[in-house]
Amino acid sequence: MTVPQRLITIGLCALATLITRFLPFLVFSPQRPTPKYIRYLGKALPAAIFGMLVIYCLKDVSLLTGSHGAPQFIAIAVTAALHLWRRQMLLSVAGGTVCYMLLVQLVF
Amino acid sequence: MTKSKSAAGRALRAAFPHTIPILAGFLVLGMSYGVYARASGFSFWYPVGMAVAIFGGSLEFVAVAMLTGTFAPVQTFLMALMIQARHLFYGISMLEKYKGMGWKKPYLIYALCDETFSINCSVEIPQGVDRGWFMFFVSLLDQSYWLTGTAIGAILGGVIPFSTEGLDFAMTALFVVIFLDQWLKEKKHWTGLIGLGSALACLALFGADGFMIPTMACILCLLTVFRRPIERGLD
Repeated sequence: MTVPQRLITIGLCALATLITRFLPFLVFSPQRPTPKYIRYLGKALPAAIFGMLVIYCLKDVSLLTGSHGAPQFIAIAVTAALHLWRRQMLLSVAGGTVCYMLLVQLVF
Repeated sequence: MTKSKSAAGRALRAAFPHTIPILAGFLVLGMSYGVYARASGFSFWYPVGMAVAIFGGSLEFVAVAMLTGTFAPVQTFLMALMIQARHLFYGISMLEKYKGMGWKKPYLIYALCDETFSINCSVEIPQGVDRGWFMFFVSLLDQSYWLTGTAIGAILGGVIPFSTEGLDFAMTALFVVIFLDQWLKEKKHWTGLIGLGSALACLALFGADGFMIPTMACILCLLTVFRRPIERGLD
């Protein structure tokens, strides 16, 4: 990417963020109830979007060549296990990341 | 002036304790984001500039990943909208609370991240403390924690004496954890499965460079078509 392309990319991310933050204050009012479909999406979207983002992070993993994604899957299992055990976001993220770094630097 | 200054001071002292749990989290996550951006080959100003311009952790991580790929403005914009869509609902919940905030209102809305929302939406503001200043300082403190963490990480990222290979996994781990939290909140896990399944199917069909737009379309369609059973599972 060239520098202008980078700046456009960042600008679009910033613009999208501003839209999602300001839009409710521009179109909804406390008097008028929020449409039911919108409220439903508010509850249903997050889990779907973060599921999508997990796959996005793994999009370049090749299952057929190299280490077959083993370091990624082991580190995800460690992250999830830590999180189910302690429910401490920082511990789970740090533990999973350190585990992955050790795997790719020393094992695979 | 003195009256408004002391009102601001009182509000700052009342707001700070509420933000302490965010302090640790934002410093550490912000630092990993700064180091990650440097490890991906960007200068100090990229993570710091994005921390100000975007101020949304998940999207900032994804933005670094997108900046290392090919230029795809439509996909970038749509992904950013989907990742940030939850802010729409924060805004809806804060319509009443942010009413009549004057000049502070645009800043409060711009800085409405997950963590600030969780405080400002639920906190009981003590008697005698100005509500506007209180919520203003919660927002400002949270943002300064994130910015400080990012800046420290972006400096450290340039001088870290050990190999940072594999540090990019911090983004994967972060999303796994957030996904798990969302997953555990629901009795039925259809929405999580729809996200994972749509992305996997579209990745297989369209390949790594073009699967995100179809995935997002797929998610919205499935959530709309199966609204009734999903809604029953959500309550």
